[in-house]
Amino acid sequence: MSKLRPKEEYEKTRAFRFFRWLSGSKDPYLGEVEMKPQEEHKIEETTILERMQEKQMLRDRIYDAEHNKLLVAFHRIYVICAVVFCIVLAGLLLYTVSYLPKTGEADKPVNNEVPARYIENGLQETGAVNIVTGMILDYRAFDTFGESNVLFVATITVLILLHADRKKDKNGREEEPENDRIYEPKNDAILQAAAKVLVPVIIIFGIYVILNGHLSPGGGFSGGAIIGAGLILYLNAFGFQKTEKLFTEKTYKWISFGALTTYCLAKSYSFFTGANHLESHIPLGTPGHILSSGLILILNICVGLVVACTMYTFYVMFRKGDF
Amino acid sequence: MTLFQLILLGFLVVCAVSVSFSKNLLNSVLIYMSFSLVMSVLWVCLESPDLAITEAAVGAGVTSILFFATLKKIHAIQIEKEKTEKETEKEEAHE
Repeated sequence: MSKLRPKEEYEKTRAFRFFRWLSGSKDPYLGEVEMKPQEEHKIEETTILERMQEKQMLRDRIYDAEHNKLLVAFHRIYVICAVVFCIVLAGLLLYTVSYLPKTGEADKPVNNEVPARYIENGLQETGAVNIVTGMILDYRAFDTFGESNVLFVATITVLILLHADRKKDKNGREEEPENDRIYEPKNDAILQAAAKVLVPVIIIFGIYVILNGHLSPGGGFSGGAIIGAGLILYLNAFGFQKTEKLFTEKTYKWISFGALTTYCLAKSYSFFTGANHLESHIPLGTPGHILSSGLILILNICVGLVVACTMYTFYVMFRKGDF
Repeated sequence: MTLFQLILLGFLVVCAVSVSFSKNLLNSVLIYMSFSLVMSVLWVCLESPDLAITEAAVGAGVTSILFFATLKKIHAIQIEKEKTEKETEKEEAHE
């Protein structure tokens, strides 16, 4: 059994001196060396106002605005030219607008056979009461697919540009990235109380807008944007820790991938059958019911999922740089 | 075109001009937000509720939130706070 020795007695032993020498607190030549942890070098970020002031000072010094009369004259002419150009451009645009046909005129050039067919046969051919959705997701579904892909590409770009790298320091520990995660959530009582009431209502309204896209105004894009806004509000009120349980990078990847693939396959099928004059065997249902209008409901859900995830991912990337 | 629509259109012009003349970036974003909101009311008047919903959700909601996040990222929102703090310090010093 080892015996605990008092500290003073231990300091006299050879082992203590050896370890003290080893740890470097006493140098045999220099004597006592004071050990201090090195302070972290911090660069203070200047605010935009200070940066602008510096720029202005630099400009004044380089151009010597008080003595260089030519430069002052040039600057004045430049400002006058800019104002004149803006006024001329606005006038030109207003002049062009005056040539456009008035709202609700019968013999407009846009009133040709295309909208006539959409309005007359839209309900029978697509089964959607809301003709706009019938146009977007049936006649012009290829355009909407392109829009969804544009959103997807935009999110990928944001992910590449704003994704924060996790740096590892010498000891192998992960360095805490300098971001807002440390300060979240702020636990604002008013915001949390309001969010508790509002977030479920907002998200249910978004789902309603998506599911009723073929019956009433709305559709995938607007409903998805509403759901995304609700998710952002929830995130602001309760912080990242709660949303991480529900929504991670993996969730985003799989939802986007699944929704875009479903959209692509469904529309490929209907384009294939339509182009070859085959029957598509997709029941249109009774117009006005929620389960009607064939593929439009599925496509609306797909677009809504992609848009909601994209909006939320944009915000998370801007705030934190990581999920 | 009713009087209501004319008032809203005038408000749009006022918003568009004041966005470019406002010195504070935060104010600009708020004015832009109100522009989108008025625009969505106008879409309802022009009988296109689909666009109105999208404008209200995207223009007034998500875009402005992204603008706020960007302003926070480039440290543009804190300026006002620091400035007011400095001004109050100055005032205290004068007193």
